[in-house]
Amino acid sequence: MSNSKFSRRGVLKTGMVASAGLAVPQYLRADAHAGFTNAPSDSEVILGFNVPQTGPYADEGADELRAYELAVEHLNGGGDGGMLSTFSSKVLDGTGILGREVKYVTGDTQTKSDAARASARSMIEKDGAIMITGGSSSGVAVAVQALCQEAGIIFMAGLTHSNDTTGKDKRANGFRHFFNSYMSGAALAPILAAQYGTDRKAYHLTADYNWGYTTQEAIQSSTEAMGWETVNTVLTPLTQTDFSSYIAPVLNSGADVLVLNHYGGNMVNSLTNAVQFGLRQAEANGKQFEIVVPLYSELMARGAGQNIAGILGSQNWDWKLENQLGDRYSGTNAFVRSFGEKFGFPPSQAAHTCYVQTLLYADAVTRAGSFNPCAVVEALEGFEFDGLGNGPTLYRAEDHQCFKDVVVVRGKENPENEFDLVEIVEVTPVAQVTYAPDHPQFAGGALGSCNPGA
Amino acid sequence: MDQFILQILNGLDKGSAYALIALGLTLIFGTLGVVNFAHGALFMLGAFVAVTLSNVLTLSHKVVDETRTDFLGNPMQVDVPYVHDWFGVTAGNAIIDWAVPLAILVAIPIMVLIGFAMERGLIKHFYKRPHADQILVTFGLAIVIQEIVKYFYGANPIPTPAPDAFVGSFDFGVAFGFDPNAIIYPYWRLVYFFFAITIIGAVFAFLQFTTFGMVVRAGMADRETVGILGIDIDRRFTIMFGIAAAVAGLAGVMYAPISSPNYHMGMDFLVLSFVVVVVGGMGSLPGAVAAGFLLGILESFASIPAVIDLLPGINQVIIYLVAIIILLTRPRGLMGRKGVMEE
Amino acid sequence: MLGLEKKDFRLLLIVIGLTMFAPFILNPFPEGSEMAQFNAGYPDLMQRFVIFGIFAIGFNILFGLTGYLSFGHAAFLGVGSYAAVWMFKLLSMNVLPAIILSVIIAGLFSLIIGFISLRRSGIYFSILTLAFAQMSFALAYSVLTPITGGETGLQLALDDPRILGVSQTESGNIPVPALFGLEMRSSYELELGAWLFTFNAGYYLAAFFMILSFYLAIRIFRSPFGMMLRAIKSNQTRMSYTGLNAKPYTLAAFVISGMYAGLAGGLMASMDPLAGAERMQWTASGEVVLMTILGGAGTLIGPVLGAGMIKYFENIFSKINETILHGWFAFLPDGLENFVVALIYPFIGKGWHLTLGIVFMLVVIFLPGGLVQGGQKIMGLFRRKKPEPTKPNATEPAE
Repeated sequence: MSNSKFSRRGVLKTGMVASAGLAVPQYLRADAHAGFTNAPSDSEVILGFNVPQTGPYADEGADELRAYELAVEHLNGGGDGGMLSTFSSKVLDGTGILGREVKYVTGDTQTKSDAARASARSMIEKDGAIMITGGSSSGVAVAVQALCQEAGIIFMAGLTHSNDTTGKDKRANGFRHFFNSYMSGAALAPILAAQYGTDRKAYHLTADYNWGYTTQEAIQSSTEAMGWETVNTVLTPLTQTDFSSYIAPVLNSGADVLVLNHYGGNMVNSLTNAVQFGLRQAEANGKQFEIVVPLYSELMARGAGQNIAGILGSQNWDWKLENQLGDRYSGTNAFVRSFGEKFGFPPSQAAHTCYVQTLLYADAVTRAGSFNPCAVVEALEGFEFDGLGNGPTLYRAEDHQCFKDVVVVRGKENPENEFDLVEIVEVTPVAQVTYAPDHPQFAGGALGSCNPGA
Repeated sequence: MDQFILQILNGLDKGSAYALIALGLTLIFGTLGVVNFAHGALFMLGAFVAVTLSNVLTLSHKVVDETRTDFLGNPMQVDVPYVHDWFGVTAGNAIIDWAVPLAILVAIPIMVLIGFAMERGLIKHFYKRPHADQILVTFGLAIVIQEIVKYFYGANPIPTPAPDAFVGSFDFGVAFGFDPNAIIYPYWRLVYFFFAITIIGAVFAFLQFTTFGMVVRAGMADRETVGILGIDIDRRFTIMFGIAAAVAGLAGVMYAPISSPNYHMGMDFLVLSFVVVVVGGMGSLPGAVAAGFLLGILESFASIPAVIDLLPGINQVIIYLVAIIILLTRPRGLMGRKGVMEE
Repeated sequence: MLGLEKKDFRLLLIVIGLTMFAPFILNPFPEGSEMAQFNAGYPDLMQRFVIFGIFAIGFNILFGLTGYLSFGHAAFLGVGSYAAVWMFKLLSMNVLPAIILSVIIAGLFSLIIGFISLRRSGIYFSILTLAFAQMSFALAYSVLTPITGGETGLQLALDDPRILGVSQTESGNIPVPALFGLEMRSSYELELGAWLFTFNAGYYLAAFFMILSFYLAIRIFRSPFGMMLRAIKSNQTRMSYTGLNAKPYTLAAFVISGMYAGLAGGLMASMDPLAGAERMQWTASGEVVLMTILGGAGTLIGPVLGAGMIKYFENIFSKINETILHGWFAFLPDGLENFVVALIYPFIGKGWHLTLGIVFMLVVIFLPGGLVQGGQKIMGLFRRKKPEPTKPNATEPAE
């Protein structure tokens, strides 16, 4: 008789034999007394890829899954190796992780925190996953991150942009490579000032939930620091599909810039509506009226079609980075090539962050020489690396957030195909988007200490 | 003042969408008594008729352009739509540009056929079954339709713009002496509004002034007696289902430029359309239309910034709040008939 | 026995047996085999089966007996979860006070909503309950974020006050929900040959509550009160002519089923201390309606079967991906393998919704009485005679 804290693997390892006479004595695993949840066997290690497969973000989830497949292939020595050749850390050699073949399980988050946690729990309890990664919204990332902390599993966040993920809801077992609302604001503000001048009046439409709040706060404070004035901020319901009644009053409000703190379907519809109202052609205060979308994604851009032409926003990464801005962003082309050859189109930023997160995890395990979450946390904290497409990057120890350059993009006027919808305007260097760990926008919450589980 | 006029205009437009969707639903739900959870799916299918037509019009063949390269460094393959080959680039682009209005013509026969198929193949067998069974079967059908669309079109919204001629907005305010830009209204929404009025008018006229409509109205009131009189009411109900599907589909076609179609847009509208129909009162067509406009206008008022500042969150709940108030003050909604779905 | 007729007592025993031996029944395939994908005997899913079973049993007391179709029951489950998590944050990590509070809060909430909504009947009642639930969801997701956690859900934090208990454990982590020291997540595992069975503390607590709920439901179904509720369903007008006021009875049924939902919500939070706003959305309310109808509205065991079926699809089918399919059919020649995989692929993994939709339609077309009727048909086959006429309440119109 024994108790495991969370998972079956914990007990399997201890090799306990049931008292029943029927029980067959159980073999002892090599790392039997590893003392952490789901310690892998000698031959294979299981990763859990938890992405939205149904619901509005299903396509983004599908792209994430493609990137994970590719990462697993490269880690196991298949394909052309992708970013393994450009990554500054050279410990990964295509023989899996610590000599174990990488296997994976997939699940559907449905972009709901409950479903995402159910799926993650099944990966931990049923499949024995040692690490969970993925997701396409901050609500899911925060919920699954807390679960992994409790279970003693490492969580490598996928696409999540809210400050809270590494702010008030940060956890010791969770890591985020993607950028956040604050960085969007800090990266966009100087470019907005340069492009549209410092004497602007902004009108914010904000999605009425956590991510919307942090994004609005970030954009507002950094544009105001540049001299802009905020005329009004209005919250819009998540379930809204027609934004006309929110956009109609904008032109007469005295504002000359509209900031759409929306993501996904909300952003596609609000932008489409705004363009329909003729805001792109309008003039206000003697200036050309402008629209800004703080967080861009390739799939949203595709959904909004021609409406994104000329609209500024920020991205974590873009597949054209290395071609246009040189080999500071090395790794980009290697990844685009192996992704493009396998799937026939360039990867999205969601795919990129997921691929990189998987590699970073594998690398950390290898450097630590152990799958023990606490060892992995130690290896990732303060880790400086390069060659993964974003230039020199730091995984900061204080909040487990990556610090790297932020890409400012603009919707193309005449895109050549549906995968090349944005052009890179400028890259804001990492120094300008770095903030103190105790910055007010990230206040509250504590990292706690790493939890190895069972 | 101008704020209110602006929001009334907005509300009329939102309301015309709600009214159109509710009109189709109430033909099936309020009068045939079938709880049709697949109605949202019909609306979505309509929008995807527009998407499909614009895909068909942009159907293209690949031409290799040696002067340019794609992202992997291979020679770029450029898509050339067939309509360019046939009608020349200018005329071809104009046809592609007008895909959404053209889709109306295509949508009517397609949606009527889908409606027929649904009624004959499935719903017919559920007229006498409990509402619970109707919910389960139509919900299942809605999921199946959705997933089929998702399989072919993906989950991402698909941009389906209105013709270029309708981009921009009309400045009403100037005509009435307000400041410029105080009361503006996009041209496409004007089109939508008049389109909705036309469809609603046509359906009413059809039911009011034709023999067919008279028989159907009689059949709704007392199906058995009409049957005894030797009139084939079943066939007429099938046709009603076809009309309802067409109305839902047309609402969807015209809505495509306002909200880029995606496979679950029907589910987003489903709950709302049930609320509109019930607030309007079961079994009443004018009620459903009136409730659609009423809720649309109130929703617009609730999104005025000053109102949100006063009552935070009011824009989140206004529709449901109004529904509760109306149903508590008027037992059968705005114009409901006695005894319809009251048990 | 226990105040039950022999037949009902047998049913109760069957349910007890099934829940107690669920870890065996749900894990029929050996660990590591290709079929192990279909094993459902891991703690999270087993907990979900019984918790949603409780939710559906409660819903059926209202819908199956009175015919009042509430489309907002998820709101009670939601407030139950919030109440429980707040109890964890403020009082202690013991699950009992949390569960008790969640039942009370859900009861109060359903009393208010039921009192208002029951002024109307039929579809008007359904829309009123829907409207209340949607309002709760919309507000919980947005303006009530300080109380509900909004988008990210209400979670425990390292600095929760927790009057009876510690804010964090010695290792610097958040303590986990427990019943007087027995952690809900702790499991005992039994390995028999190639099979592995997991006995989870949280599951057995939830199962205990489900059996209790089931027993109570039988008593309600067979009581004079239950008869009264059925009378409301069959003919309310006639009932009022006999001088009986139906409203107190329906309100009582509404509050009871609301408390069941609250219990389910409290248990959910106890198994996994997070409460998300999506639990209150209309889709969640719709789900319990579907569970009940799918299993067989008005039957005792039906809603539990329906709940199990939907949760099984959601958690098992969604996890089958292309790689697994290729693994299954690897024995086929390459061309055929790819063909078979391409044929099945749309129905699993990201296509699990499609399969669920098809199952809904097939069940309602071929088994008008729900899964229960299917079970009866199979039993009939075994007995080599025609299926017994279904119980009078099994196929009655559920309006």
